[in-house]
Amino acid sequence: MTLSDEELAEELSDGVAVKAPSRVRVVAGRFFRSTQGRIGFAVLALMFLLAFAGPLVNRWSYTDKDFTAFMQPPSATHWFGTLQTGSDVFAVTLRGMQKSLIVGLLAALVSTALAAVVGAFAGYFRGWTERSLTWLTDLLLVLPAFLILAIISPLFGSGQWAVFVIMLALFLWMVTSKIVRGMAISLKEREFVQAARYMGVSPVRIIFRHVIPNLSSLLIVDATLNVSAAILTETSLSYFGFGIQPPDVSFGTLIADGSRTAVYAPWTFWFVAGLLVVTVLAVNLMGDALRDAFDPSAKRSR
Amino acid sequence: MSPVLEVSDLNVTFGDVPAVRGVSYSVRPGEVLGIVGESGSGKSVASAAIMGLLPPGARVTGSVRLHGTELLGASQRRLAAFRGKSISMVFQDPLSALTPVYRVGDQIAEAVRAHQRVSKENAQIKAVELLDLVGIPRPSERALAFPHEFSGGMRQRVVIAMAIANDPDVIICDEPTTALDVTIQAQVLEVLKRAQAKTGAAIIMITHDLGVVAGFADRVLVMYAGRAVEVGAVDDIYYRMRMPYTAGLLGSIPRVDRGRQPLVPIEGQPPSPAALPPGCPFAPRCPMRIDACDDREPPLFEVGAGHGAACIRWEEVHPDGPPRQAPGAVARQAAGADGISPLRVRGERTVLAVRDLVKDYPLLKGAVFKRRVGTVHAVAGVSFDIRQGETLGLVGESGSGKTTTLTQILELVPPQQGRVAVLGHDTARLTRSERTEIRRDMQVVFQDPLASLDPRMTVHDILAEPLRTHGKRSGRRISELLALVGLEAAHAARYPQDFSGGQRQRIGIARALALEPRLLVLDEPVSALDVSIQAGVINLLDSLKRRLGLSYLFVAHDLAVVRHIADRVAVMYLGRIAEIGQVDAVYDAPAHPYTQALLSAIPLPDPVRERSRERILLEGDLPSPANPPTGCRFRTRCPKFRAELTDEQRGLCVAVEPEVQPLAGEHDGAPDQGAACHYAEKREVV
Repeated sequence: MTLSDEELAEELSDGVAVKAPSRVRVVAGRFFRSTQGRIGFAVLALMFLLAFAGPLVNRWSYTDKDFTAFMQPPSATHWFGTLQTGSDVFAVTLRGMQKSLIVGLLAALVSTALAAVVGAFAGYFRGWTERSLTWLTDLLLVLPAFLILAIISPLFGSGQWAVFVIMLALFLWMVTSKIVRGMAISLKEREFVQAARYMGVSPVRIIFRHVIPNLSSLLIVDATLNVSAAILTETSLSYFGFGIQPPDVSFGTLIADGSRTAVYAPWTFWFVAGLLVVTVLAVNLMGDALRDAFDPSAKRSR
Repeated sequence: MSPVLEVSDLNVTFGDVPAVRGVSYSVRPGEVLGIVGESGSGKSVASAAIMGLLPPGARVTGSVRLHGTELLGASQRRLAAFRGKSISMVFQDPLSALTPVYRVGDQIAEAVRAHQRVSKENAQIKAVELLDLVGIPRPSERALAFPHEFSGGMRQRVVIAMAIANDPDVIICDEPTTALDVTIQAQVLEVLKRAQAKTGAAIIMITHDLGVVAGFADRVLVMYAGRAVEVGAVDDIYYRMRMPYTAGLLGSIPRVDRGRQPLVPIEGQPPSPAALPPGCPFAPRCPMRIDACDDREPPLFEVGAGHGAACIRWEEVHPDGPPRQAPGAVARQAAGADGISPLRVRGERTVLAVRDLVKDYPLLKGAVFKRRVGTVHAVAGVSFDIRQGETLGLVGESGSGKTTTLTQILELVPPQQGRVAVLGHDTARLTRSERTEIRRDMQVVFQDPLASLDPRMTVHDILAEPLRTHGKRSGRRISELLALVGLEAAHAARYPQDFSGGQRQRIGIARALALEPRLLVLDEPVSALDVSIQAGVINLLDSLKRRLGLSYLFVAHDLAVVRHIADRVAVMYLGRIAEIGQVDAVYDAPAHPYTQALLSAIPLPDPVRERSRERILLEGDLPSPANPPTGCRFRTRCPKFRAELTDEQRGLCVAVEPEVQPLAGEHDGAPDQGAACHYAEKREVV
């Protein structure tokens, strides 16, 4: 059969042709079929709803100070109580949650993606690519974070959250990328990668089509762990005049401040800490479900 | 003579899954019982149950009696007293059967001292004697070596030495030669025979290879789905089988002594132990199935003296009597029956030409500053060509350089030395776009079907990948391809893990065919498959070649498979071609001493011929490719060099490396055949 015949036949029988189940649809389907995935997704969606719709129903904004109530426990006026300054804990917590959810999730995604790409390229190409990428990774590992910040902070204005996300991601990816590199080296020798090479698939495409998907279990676990790491690292970055600055707040700054008063005024600490735990838990549930959804051999009866 | 080991109604279950179901047999002293079955038939589990080596989750019932003493349910201490003393075991993988951190002499001495009260010194002396018995050269010196310093064949000899250290009554050999090359396998089988003669032990030989058993065993037990389906004297099993499965198994083995006859594969897959069919477990695959087969599982009927078969229609089963194939198979065979005879006239167009190909690998030492301490001459001057529509079988033992040759061709990079021309393009002068063009016309099928398919992709995506890469639309082509290799279109949505080995290999072949290539490189495509499945894949490759006009470069270590599929064959030894030529010419009358030894080492599934055959046993192992012998590379192991040549003639072998020369007396019309031997001489060995 010549090519044109074939194409003609293809046009004619388009409806009858094999249904092509795309990878995205298969993974999404399996993700939402698992209880874990549904719960995790629902909880995380609720958190977003709370963070962004919550302030609308609260009569205090995070900048407001109630001078009649300092350090008050939860009551009808202040649902989560107040801080030393008279700020409403509910309002600041939600404000912090807005920042932290976006920053935490994005930073985790960016850092894992960076780790995957750098590690996979280093492992797949070897030679000079590997040497320069490993050198860069090692350099970032040994250089103290604040030194780099000190050097580059004048280049950016503060308060741009996109830059902030990238900065956070830059501190998180190195160790994972080293693991990814090791796994990519062994994956490169696997026959299905060889098969793709001999088929004429370009190296970059092999990396994105074969190498990285086969590392997805590791990458997803890494990303879920990075979410909480990013939220907490963000606190320390704030000390360098970077990221969240007062009067703006984030989970990081709230937990840092709240931990000092947690013993005698538990509401300043426990609400925000609880929400962080719930967020991380939801992300972990989603991560687990996603990992199983990506892995065709997981938990399926033959 | 009373049996030394009696197994009756042995059952093993893991959870709810039965692995062995009601197996009974007995062995007498000095008898060799072959247990044959495909993977998953329960043959290894049954033997592990005898030794009491099953994991705690297994439930074992029935009875195992050694000299009348019940072993099942005996305490660990009593079992330990038996193990290694009365019953010993030889495992498949000799490397993992030896402790890497102890010297082999000490390990054998330990086996001796575990059951006998002897001093350390005497145990050491005994160890050296045993090493000598199993044919290890310079035994007192080698006893001080570590397992990694031995080759695979030598290690297996050490394991055998350990097994016979305490004069056991029964030796259980679990696939003892499966991991070894054919010439080494012949040596090890010889050693086993010698060990048996010395100890007078009964041997239980577990294997999937019907050839190994034919020449070695006195009686054979065929297992299928955890049951013994046929048992009898070796001649009864091979010539007067009464079970369709045995007949099917024998019909599906490629044989080195027969030219191209279509193999008869057994349809379907072995049943999963968790979901056995209601009646006879073989019924769904059986060509003789009738409705009564599904009623209940047939017992072993007594069909002759000491011969039992589990088939209700056993009277009708004959080696070549009733139709052994399902109607579908007949039709398929008929469609592909023409053109079975190999090509006598070679095609015009050359699709692959390799001239004097050389590939060295440096041996490096040092961590920071790597210095070269030697060179591995993996391929040292190999030449061959493949014409349109032709299949060249490239055979050789491990270390012969066949895989290196293959990767050199597939990489499409300029070779270190020599010339590779694929479809008329010299790989040394390829532009990027030409290389992509060639990749499209030359595809590859790998050995391990699971490893060569991306586990994260559906079959649809796997098959679509080559099409997408070369800018073609997939769509209908996927179902076409699946139909071509005998799979269903609905399989496209599933993952490779959901398929059996044979089906996965079919997917691999479908992927290779997606772009309608002209040359297919097959790297051991059937060696990971069970015999009954293997035949189906070989037949598929054969019919695809004819229908699509493909050319194959077929790399294999199994000479029998190559005889079935190849038109020409090239035998490699230590990076060079020893003999090349038309397949029947080479197999019927090999001229190179290495080819002769290789062919004579292959066991035939034919007990009478196997017993009367004379083996040419090669001594020792393959020399290291880092330090090959001068002159002829084979001379260190060559039986001709050792026994037949005069000193004067030997001088030539030592000094000059022979090139492949066409054999004398060749004229137009005679099959082409050439050998790289100064004293090549045709000889019949099969």
